[in-house]
Amino acid sequence: MSSNKIRWPSWPLLVPALALLAGILLVPLADTLIRSVSTPGWTLSNYSNLFTDGVTLTVLWRTAVTAATVTAAALLIGYPYAYLMTRVSPRARGILLVIVLIPFWTSVMARNFAWIIILQDGGPVQSLFEFFGADDVVFYGTTVGVTIAMTQVMLPFMVLPLFSTLGAIDRRLLLAARGLGSSPTAAFWKVYWPLSRSGVMAGVILVFTLSLGFYVTPALLGSPQESLVAQLLAQRTTLLLDFAAAGALGILVLVVTLVLVAWANRMGGTMSAIGVVAAGRTEGRR
Amino acid sequence: MTSTPEMTSSPATASGPATGRRRYTKVDPIPWWLKAFGGVVVIFFILPTLFVIPMSFSDAATFEFPPRGFTWRLYENFFTNPIWLDSLGNSFLVATLTAVLATTVGTAAAVALWRMQGRVARFVRTLLMVPIVAPAIVVAVAVYIAFLGWQLTGTVLGYVLAHTAIAVPYVVVSVTGALGGFDLQLLRAASSLGSSPSRAFVRVTMPLISRGILTGAIFAFIVSFDEVVLALFLRSPVFQTLPVQMYNSVTVEIDPTISAASSLMVVAVTIIFLLPQLLRGRARRR
Repeated sequence: MSSNKIRWPSWPLLVPALALLAGILLVPLADTLIRSVSTPGWTLSNYSNLFTDGVTLTVLWRTAVTAATVTAAALLIGYPYAYLMTRVSPRARGILLVIVLIPFWTSVMARNFAWIIILQDGGPVQSLFEFFGADDVVFYGTTVGVTIAMTQVMLPFMVLPLFSTLGAIDRRLLLAARGLGSSPTAAFWKVYWPLSRSGVMAGVILVFTLSLGFYVTPALLGSPQESLVAQLLAQRTTLLLDFAAAGALGILVLVVTLVLVAWANRMGGTMSAIGVVAAGRTEGRR
Repeated sequence: MTSTPEMTSSPATASGPATGRRRYTKVDPIPWWLKAFGGVVVIFFILPTLFVIPMSFSDAATFEFPPRGFTWRLYENFFTNPIWLDSLGNSFLVATLTAVLATTVGTAAAVALWRMQGRVARFVRTLLMVPIVAPAIVVAVAVYIAFLGWQLTGTVLGYVLAHTAIAVPYVVVSVTGALGGFDLQLLRAASSLGSSPSRAFVRVTMPLISRGILTGAIFAFIVSFDEVVLALFLRSPVFQTLPVQMYNSVTVEIDPTISAASSLMVVAVTIIFLLPQLLRGRARRR
């Protein structure tokens, strides 16, 4: 492929990146896949065991429920926040955007340690609940605590796709709806919400998908009795040394993730949303 | 549903069809409750992480909150205890090498992709984003098993290769962003004036996208410096990074020195991350 007018082809510049990607990610993953179907002998038993061993299904279900809760919380918080971003001045929008990216860029261990302090027994959040009369609410070592901490760091992935969708909606449509006698609530649900649906879908799928793979947060804030799929995967690899079974579980999680992300990507610009989150680049700056 | 960001709550339309009051509907104010909600969300984003700073001066031997007394003991321990100091040094070494390697490889890939079009380029671009969306735990397990065979676990090279693979996408994104404002005509001008392609790249392209490259390098450094999941699997008794030591101090040792480490991480990462943003913002505003 020769690019027009400039004499040298550009594809050789891609070789190092692709070689690295292949060597460090694709080869080990392919290896994992092959091992999972060839141990012992050519079989799919490692996969069928996932559904029959009694543990994996429970853990997968718990992971899905946790991810769904995080997604719902992120949507309820992120939607008004993204809407607010479309309404404020460009300078305030820049500040709101930086703030939304802060959890994403603060140190993983520092953030999780902070949540341990806040959610621990006798910590500030529990004291607050006790003050209001709820004496036996426990956050540390429960799925509730894990959900709170995950929601905080997942919010950028909800807010950014939403912000780019909501920012493109012509608000005069709302005024038109109102002018034609619609109530504010009806105008929202019949005009604004349908137009925002692609952003909602992208954000929802993205947050749900990324939430499936959390390891450090549930390992530190959750309990071993209520482990999520990432902990199960780690345990089978490092403690049980059952590489084939762990591989089957890993491949299952990976395939689900990639399918969901590809789907979200078709719903509208998820990859670019990830790019924006990744680089912390501010669209509002243009 | 408390959060219906239905914004046409102008007083004019409350009293029926607003034909004669267009001036009001144009003002279209942001309701106070939405601003208040935004404020609460901002606190949810920022506050938790700030808890680690007062904790780092606590005199208590546990993670109890509120902190007790005031002492620099934890910082002293961080900078004198060889376990903490070594892991800090290891993290710096790995992150620096990762930043150099990822920036080189990622910049080359971004430049190549920028000049390529069509399905192949789109596919490669998506492929390069896989390390961001693939669950870290799945990658970590696959890489761990492969590196066991290649005898790369617990080595600097192993850490650098693994971290580079997940840092490259961040470089690609930020360099691609910088290339967006780059005029191809400049390269044609350079080549028509007799410059070789490589010389044109160094003298024309590089200076113009230097900010993107710098941003990419910073992201790559932070991604590596802060990475926990891969690091947990690649560690060995003789070589581990700072996040792994922090993880140990919560799970194995209950060592409050992690408060000091966390505060330093938060402050350092924030400064590194915000510096180019602030500089860029200021330069652009002028």
